[in-house]
Amino acid sequence: MHPEPLSVIFLNAAVVNNFVLALFLGICPFLGVSAKKETAWNMGLATLFVMLVSSAAAFGINWLLTELDLLFLRLICYIAVIASTVQLVEMFVKRFSPALFRSLGIFLPLITTNCAILGLALFQTSKEYDLLQSLVYALGAGVGFTLALMLMAGLREKLALARVPTVSQGAAMSLMLAGLLSLAFMGFAGLGGSHG
Amino acid sequence: MAELPTQQEPLTLDTFVRGLWEENPVFVMLLGMCPVLAVTNSTMNAIAMGLATTFVLVCSSLLVSLLRNWIPKQVRIASYIVIIATFVTIVDYGIQAISLELYAALGAFIQLIVANCVILGRAEAYASKERLHTTFINSLGMGAGFTLALLSLGTVREILGSGTILGVPLFPADFQPWVVMILPPGGFFVLGAWLLLFNWLRLRKARKSPDPTGAAIHAS
Repeated sequence: MHPEPLSVIFLNAAVVNNFVLALFLGICPFLGVSAKKETAWNMGLATLFVMLVSSAAAFGINWLLTELDLLFLRLICYIAVIASTVQLVEMFVKRFSPALFRSLGIFLPLITTNCAILGLALFQTSKEYDLLQSLVYALGAGVGFTLALMLMAGLREKLALARVPTVSQGAAMSLMLAGLLSLAFMGFAGLGGSHG
Repeated sequence: MAELPTQQEPLTLDTFVRGLWEENPVFVMLLGMCPVLAVTNSTMNAIAMGLATTFVLVCSSLLVSLLRNWIPKQVRIASYIVIIATFVTIVDYGIQAISLELYAALGAFIQLIVANCVILGRAEAYASKERLHTTFINSLGMGAGFTLALLSLGTVREILGSGTILGVPLFPADFQPWVVMILPPGGFFVLGAWLLLFNWLRLRKARKSPDPTGAAIHAS
């Protein structure tokens, strides 16, 4: 049993080592779907769900591959599991909420190449978390991802009303904003455990 | 194999150069941002990451191009991902064998090359349609463009954040390094600054030649 308490794991993944703002994972959807709060919220939830499922699956795979002594296949198996989970979420969303399906657009299948999810699976393996700890870690990471996305979307909605110089419109401005957010999140450093 | 010469691109210098500038994966297409921001806190890391990504990009593009007539349309994305993951595993073990220090510095980001959208994007948009030799040149150009982008971030961040370049001190001893530059916010700021510079250049060019196609500002 790993000595880290669950609350520390959660806080660590959600705030202190925020996946987006401190570890630079999942930057593409962070910049891509953060224009509106509603889309950002839904994207955050979809990612959170994929994270939880793939975290549990990754735990199982890692155990199986360790038993079979086939660890070099780990990366390939992880990405295959993530891709199928995303496929599942995609079918689910398409069936129950076509409007949401349209608003997420290309970014829904692209959750597969969201490095936050693969990163989560790799980190929980290297930290040797047990199943419960892995799930809490995934929950924290998903909450942190949603938090970062919502903060960014809120800022960008306000920014749409402001007059920014022509030269800094678009991605450059978003990156500067992300930098400021990241600077703010550095204030949490030292609250939780260190990142391994 | 059925050759369809009408649809395929001839091999020109542009096949290579496009990846460097016009369609630069980072500065123009804004793809693969995670490693760009995360491992560019020193020049050495940037070079290593760039080379590793280029290797995976070129190898997987070649294999995808070779197999393009055999992979069924429905499972193509899954096949591409498995191909990419195979090469990433090779790189992962390779770097571990070459330098353990480098491996520790790059951390999980070597394995995360799998999730780099530049590579999947190339496989889907180019390698699955084009012939072997144009694919090779094009993906090499893209890899070079990616490495160039990493390098331009890595050098700025290392010079400002540690006052060194490739570990060699640049400034007199009383220089106070801007530590924020090697911390996460610095990555966002430096990339934002580069994009500002490119926007400015593009705007200036558009103003000099009033051409409606040149005036389009890239807005993501």
